[in-house]
Amino acid sequence: MTVIDVAHLQKRYGDTTAVRDVSFTVDAGEIFGILGPNGAGKTTTVECVSGLRTPDGGSIRVLGREPHDPELRAEVGVQLQESQLPEKMTVREALELWSAFYPDPADWRVLAGDLGLDAKLGARFGKLSGGQKQRLSIALALVGNPRIAILDELTTGLDPQARRDTWDLIESVRDRGVTIVLVTHFMEEAERLCDRLAVIDAGAVVALDTPAGLISHLAAEQRLRFRPSLPVDDALLTALPEVTEVIRHGNQLEVAGTGNLLQAVSATLVAHRIIAHDLRVEQASLDDAFVRLTGRSTDQEA
Amino acid sequence: MSIFAKLTRSELRLFLREPVQVFFTLLFPTVLIAILGNIPDFGKPDPALGGARVIDLYVAIAVVFTLGMLGLQVAPLALATYRERGILRRIATTPVRPVTLLGAQLAMNLLIAIASVALVLTVGRLAFDVALPRQAAGFVVAFLLTAGTSFTIGLLVAAIAPSGKTANSIGTFLFFPLMFFAGLWTPREVFPGLLRTISDLSPLGAGERALHAAMTGSWPSWGSLTVLLAYMLVLGIAAARLFRWE
Repeated sequence: MTVIDVAHLQKRYGDTTAVRDVSFTVDAGEIFGILGPNGAGKTTTVECVSGLRTPDGGSIRVLGREPHDPELRAEVGVQLQESQLPEKMTVREALELWSAFYPDPADWRVLAGDLGLDAKLGARFGKLSGGQKQRLSIALALVGNPRIAILDELTTGLDPQARRDTWDLIESVRDRGVTIVLVTHFMEEAERLCDRLAVIDAGAVVALDTPAGLISHLAAEQRLRFRPSLPVDDALLTALPEVTEVIRHGNQLEVAGTGNLLQAVSATLVAHRIIAHDLRVEQASLDDAFVRLTGRSTDQEA
Repeated sequence: MSIFAKLTRSELRLFLREPVQVFFTLLFPTVLIAILGNIPDFGKPDPALGGARVIDLYVAIAVVFTLGMLGLQVAPLALATYRERGILRRIATTPVRPVTLLGAQLAMNLLIAIASVALVLTVGRLAFDVALPRQAAGFVVAFLLTAGTSFTIGLLVAAIAPSGKTANSIGTFLFFPLMFFAGLWTPREVFPGLLRTISDLSPLGAGERALHAAMTGSWPSWGSLTVLLAYMLVLGIAAARLFRWE
């Protein structure tokens, strides 16, 4: 069942086109990722889906309704990027107040426990660490027992341990039947959590697939790196049909190719009584897929 | 408890955690009366004031001070900060509309104003023998219209200020001249002709005029009430047009 249907979404701010043409559907119960470099239009897209912005073109249906429909506010929990609370409001007060906003709220005490906030209930928002603020923000998005949770850059600012804990939490939320839309620019997060991904670049969807599907669409290129025990003539390897390229890094060789590359290279080396020390096989990752699709590395924009 | 009541309680709790604001809105007006009341000459009938005592005049001025503080400083700071910090947007994603938070902030301010005015009137009456408002209904009307005018100016400030800090600066910048025309430093009653006319037409000056009339037993003049209503209407429309929720 489709719970979110976005078709040819467009949004401009003055002369800047933030979203040019974005279409995707999200099915009930999945974790759907929206991945892309900064300024690609990810946040604008989810703000339109959340009913916070009015699109200039295209259509959006959320649970069969217009995104602005007030009925949706109780069904869709949203965790916004850079959205705060009053400095002097405590964690407990925020959770209590927010749960009063909803007709059928979750038990905020349980939620606070799940998010590791129970020791911080009496702490004021202004005194929380970045990670604690982020976790409270997630708790507020989930306290209304939503059918859909939209989480924008949910682990930005968290340390690696807190990030992994949050991933576990997101999976447990999904296991309760909540559909999750996750905006991220962390490859590892997208690969680990998302059932399907839309890669957005310059306001348009450039790829829409499972993480494994995105990776396999790259020509199945592999790379070997090793230190040969004896000098190797490049020609020896480039003669192999599987090999596309040989690069030298000091006494290391990097061999790129397709098909059964490892088998072909090893056989040739053995035939010449050369041992490959420190052999490593590198396969394409989601990172490589991302670079291929957007022409940018994720390190540039973190 | 309704969501509006819960939000108002939450706003009240947050307000009470700001000691400087609490002092200047809840206590300072009464402290002002206590200090002025202890100056011997201010307790004697003054022929220049038509036989009234200075302390009699300052009770109404203290009420305007409270409303000016809350409307020009407290409310715009809170509302502009809520927008700046994305709190209004965050509320917009819940079943509660952001305008409910704005309403709760105003309701909280009104509660503080009522408490502060009650304290001023009580201390004025008990310690310095200042008569309670002789035209009680007129006093309530004058109080509500002055509060409405002050909060409308505050809403306009919150509408145009990009941040809480700017809202606070604009509010302070407006507070002093407006309080001058309301007679904080020299009572309006001794203003010369032109200054008095300007004061009559200024928002807090008109408020003081209406409150003073009700204190001394007459119904506030239609002139002062009209000025207050006109400010509320014109500035209110401007604030509604200009207010941005994000």
